[in-house]
Amino acid sequence: MEEKVPFVRVTRRQDFKKSNVWMIRILAFVIALVLGCFVFLLCGVSPIQAYAEIVKGAFGKMTGIRQTAKIMIPLLGTALALAPCFKMKYWNIGAEGQITMGAIGAAFFAINFHDKLPGAVLLVVMALAGMILGGLWSAVPAFFKSKWGTNETLFTLMLNYIAIGIVAWLQGGPWEGKEGSQIVPNFASNAILPKIGGIYCGWIIVLALVFFMYFYMNRTKHGYEIAVLGDSENTARYAGMDVTKVIVRTALISGAISGLVGFMLASGANQTIYSGIAANNGFTAITVAWLSQLNPFAMVLISALLAGLSKGSSSLKTAMGVPGSISDIITGIILLCLLGCEFFINYRLVFRHKEEKDV
Amino acid sequence: MFDLLGIVRAAVLNGTPLLFGTSGEILTQKSGNMNLGVEGLMFMGGAFGLAGAFAYSTIAGDAASGLVAILVAIVCAFAAGFLGSLVFSFLTVTLKANQNVTGLALTIFGTGVGQFVGEVMRLRIGGNVTIPNALKNAFVRPVMPAFLRNIPVLGDLLFNYNLFVYVGVVMVIIMSLILNHTRMGLNLRAVGESPATADAAGISVNRYRYLATCIGGGISALGGMVYIMTISGCVWNYSALSGEGWIAVALVIFCFWKPINSLWGSVLFGALLIMYLKVPLPFIPTQIYRIVPYIATIAVLILVSMKQKKENQPPQGLGVNYFREDR
Repeated sequence: MEEKVPFVRVTRRQDFKKSNVWMIRILAFVIALVLGCFVFLLCGVSPIQAYAEIVKGAFGKMTGIRQTAKIMIPLLGTALALAPCFKMKYWNIGAEGQITMGAIGAAFFAINFHDKLPGAVLLVVMALAGMILGGLWSAVPAFFKSKWGTNETLFTLMLNYIAIGIVAWLQGGPWEGKEGSQIVPNFASNAILPKIGGIYCGWIIVLALVFFMYFYMNRTKHGYEIAVLGDSENTARYAGMDVTKVIVRTALISGAISGLVGFMLASGANQTIYSGIAANNGFTAITVAWLSQLNPFAMVLISALLAGLSKGSSSLKTAMGVPGSISDIITGIILLCLLGCEFFINYRLVFRHKEEKDV
Repeated sequence: MFDLLGIVRAAVLNGTPLLFGTSGEILTQKSGNMNLGVEGLMFMGGAFGLAGAFAYSTIAGDAASGLVAILVAIVCAFAAGFLGSLVFSFLTVTLKANQNVTGLALTIFGTGVGQFVGEVMRLRIGGNVTIPNALKNAFVRPVMPAFLRNIPVLGDLLFNYNLFVYVGVVMVIIMSLILNHTRMGLNLRAVGESPATADAAGISVNRYRYLATCIGGGISALGGMVYIMTISGCVWNYSALSGEGWIAVALVIFCFWKPINSLWGSVLFGALLIMYLKVPLPFIPTQIYRIVPYIATIAVLILVSMKQKKENQPPQGLGVNYFREDR
């Protein structure tokens, strides 16, 4: 038969050693850093010096590490919140709004009840209020998704802008401090999370969440249902699962954790609320969750990496006059490279003459 | 009594960036690629369009012509969007990466690049970058002949807009004709609906997806350029541009994946975006008024999904990467 065999064709790879997988990912990361060099060269700074400055700025001194941790806490928390949604192939990109709603819930009690409740009770009430508001903000699109298949990506996204708009109104209206300032005054001292080790104690909450989420996803019935539903909705239905319930419940839990992050941002990191309080964590967390393959322990590593990059870039800005947005570009490049490298893990290239040998 | 004509005019002008963003994304999605990176593409288009026009005005000095500046801005913006979408296509079509996450990564990357270009220009030159007034004027000047513009009411309503409004309308009509009345359009729709069938019929799935995504991305990026050069007055404005791309993606659903619908869809959303300025209602705070477009989008999403009309559905293969061995 004279049929032409293509020069190269693609086929699925079945078993691939764990060590090779990590080799490929590390290689992709290195390629991303090399591509990043060109961006630095464009700015007229030496890439090696720039990378050194980033590492030094992020992890060099204790103050740097504290600031990196401060960036990392909400990022890791939100990535953990998103993990069950993504496992279910439910594209919640509304964590930004869920964080913001959580902050609103927390701020409501901080502003109105700080003189009526003792410190510890107040903090617990604030956290619960944040979780409830965040959870509801996430459960509504999930309900529509499960009932009518409403596109959840755009629904959750639009809810972000609505939540941010509500805060913008609160901060210029009912909750405004000095008239015309557009600023909500700082919370009373009993509405502020205490510090442990120089950083507000959110880091302990987030670390506890890492273990909780690992357990929840891998060792519970809920986690199993989420995994089955993510693989195939038909299988889940056939197995007798209540798909609507699973989707709404998962979104509720996810939103509640995002809301908890919002509470920590309002009460711990900022000690007040403003419209930009979520600070893009909702979006960056999506990439953290995806890059760590939804593994909670890997998320610790990836969020530390991205937080370090962000903190390092801001020291780079002051040290060398490079625009701060460079951290977004480098993050984007790393992300695109790591997304691309998954191909070489899941597929194999077969070249023509090797094919002939097989036959 | 409020000024209805003024509102319609403002709606058309504010809808034009959306018209480009949406119709580009419709072309992309028709091929089965769901590119959520429109926000990033529009940022890149805006930043590079402005940078191109600025570079031209510095090089040409006093001899700069408005038409050339417009052409340079269009080419730069389109190229930026084209390249950004090329990265997206390479990752999703060739390397079969998840389309949702790749699109989001493109948004992070694209908004970063846009903001970076804006910041670099500001650092290099000092102060906000802008181009000379004569060139600025070329971007917003009405292009239709005076006798048409001078028709009472109708002239203002239809013929008194800048070049991009008409370019957008013509482009959408051409896109609609190609999609519905040519062999190429039929093939493209086949690739989006059922790539396996199209492949069996001898249509190159990859080539159509690459081409539609890259050209669509370029068109979307033009929307960002139009926003910066007309609405924001040739000044880089990060916060004003943010959100436009996402509304454009939502509008795709609103238009039922038909380019011709984006003509009125974009005007409607253009109106929603500026209502708080043009028709202030004393009982609604401005900040709440400004979220109306997003609430409207959600209402549309829900209604469309509840109705489930056959002809209003997305392409069947949307968001799914095609791999021949999986057939």
